[in-house]
Amino acid sequence: MTITAAADTTAMFDVQNVIGTATYLLAAGLFVLALKWLSAPATARRGNLAGQIGMAAAVIGALLGHNVVRYEWIVVGFAIGALIGAPMAIWMPMTAVPQRTALSHAFGALAAALVGTAHYFLFFQPGNHLPHSITMGFLCLEVLLGSLTFTGSLMAFGKLQDLLPTRPMVYRGQNVINFVILGAAVAAAVSLVINPALQWLFPVLLGLAALFGVLLILPIGGADMPTVISLLNSYAGLSASMMGFVLGNRLLIIAGALDGASGLILSIIMCRAMNRSFANVLFGAFGQVQTAAATMEKKTVRSSSAEEAAQIMEAAQSVIVIPGYGMAVAQAQHKVRELYDQLTRRGIDVRFAIHPVAGRMPGHMNVLLAEAEIPYDRLVEMDQINGDFPQCDVALVIGANDVVNPAARHDKSSPIYGMPIIEADRARTVMAIKRSMNPGFAGIENELYYADNCLMLFGDAKAVVGSVARELAETAVATSVV
Amino acid sequence: MTSDFASHLYVFLLAAFLGLEVIKRVSPLLHTPLMSLTNAISAISVVAAIEICGLHKGQTTVLATVLGTIAVAAATTNIVGGFMITDRMLKMFRKREVKK
Repeated sequence: MTITAAADTTAMFDVQNVIGTATYLLAAGLFVLALKWLSAPATARRGNLAGQIGMAAAVIGALLGHNVVRYEWIVVGFAIGALIGAPMAIWMPMTAVPQRTALSHAFGALAAALVGTAHYFLFFQPGNHLPHSITMGFLCLEVLLGSLTFTGSLMAFGKLQDLLPTRPMVYRGQNVINFVILGAAVAAAVSLVINPALQWLFPVLLGLAALFGVLLILPIGGADMPTVISLLNSYAGLSASMMGFVLGNRLLIIAGALDGASGLILSIIMCRAMNRSFANVLFGAFGQVQTAAATMEKKTVRSSSAEEAAQIMEAAQSVIVIPGYGMAVAQAQHKVRELYDQLTRRGIDVRFAIHPVAGRMPGHMNVLLAEAEIPYDRLVEMDQINGDFPQCDVALVIGANDVVNPAARHDKSSPIYGMPIIEADRARTVMAIKRSMNPGFAGIENELYYADNCLMLFGDAKAVVGSVARELAETAVATSVV
Repeated sequence: MTSDFASHLYVFLLAAFLGLEVIKRVSPLLHTPLMSLTNAISAISVVAAIEICGLHKGQTTVLATVLGTIAVAAATTNIVGGFMITDRMLKMFRKREVKK
């Protein structure tokens, strides 16, 4: 039987087997090193290289395996994968990285679900026998996780790519329906463990899990995407790990567990950064119930111009920029870099305050700002920079909203109460760039905009930052002529 | 059979704890490349897909070969795309350049 062959390490003096084991062992070690080196920007590229070598070793090991006697379909698969993967990596703009990530989780999960399905039906080949119930249990988990992560990630992709509405989609009894479908999927899995010969039930399991994946993501809004993407990342890893249990392949178990752990840590960080629990993110349908927030009395905001903003910034000693998803949508990062250049040229200290959930995936803002060639030592985490706001002359909020809402600190009725925020309101002057006064994603009014020290710069983030940078460039020319 | 699974569970447990410890240290700066790298690494499922595609004709079915080929393609997409975009991102993270 083919499936236990990979686990068979007892054959002595079997060169193929020795090479296979050695390459897999090498790959496992290199994967751990890859993640270790990724911890700091200085060694990160070496980490990526280690990952590549590990993967190449494992693929060579697999190709040399005993049971691999035909290569035509493998080559076809390689070619298709390379033709899709490489262009996506080379030409995809950095603002589309969250979509690409969601799509890659879908691909990874698809591979796991299909491999599991193929293994299941191979049990019925002549000469093979039905699996042990433990094997069957892991196989069911593998396809369950794989299938729901596949459709869930496609849904997330659809929302991030604006193919689907990004607002949470909710209906009455949603959670009950979701749990019933998950329950039915688990029941199908349990029946298959008890009696693996129930071939008709296997597609049912796949279908129910796929349906659950769709329904699970329906009520998720854009602001929760960082958590959900991390969670899907974790599921995709775990399903690869389950595949390892089915095959008795330790490399799969290890690599899957590393991916699962990474997704888990990121989702915990994201949840903490929003002061919410997993259950609340998945079943809470954030942003739907808060229509009552419109009770806020009408207050006035102070609207300002690029000229005035430029004058205030010129007089500043320190400026802290708080970027949010709006910066990504407007693709404003290169204009932000121009502004950064203008200010640093004048000796003004410019730093960037990054909230963990700013953007649509973990680290989204950092990648965009790095793309615009802003040095990474200027990008500061929320906890490290919050203490500096009282000494900061200008806090410039670019397309961020909920992460700078002071209501999170004191307004117990606010849905974001308790969420750690970037304390932009404590700066001497706050400038907020916004397209309009529409509330942010969570549908919550932001009292920051009505504060006495806040100036609003209305317009597209890219246009506004560009015109402020231009104003600064012109005054620089004017003074140098004088 | 059962003792095999027990030893695999130990492997899983140790790998998960090692993963948690190592990844906790990754700077939040690099969380996006972290996700694309771990995604590429978990495309290790390609080795199982390769095995399915490479089975002798007598040992397999058309269905399994089709599923295996799609799985190889999907995993390869993640391997090629994942490592390449991770490198593209990491190249962008630079220290402050020395101004003349």
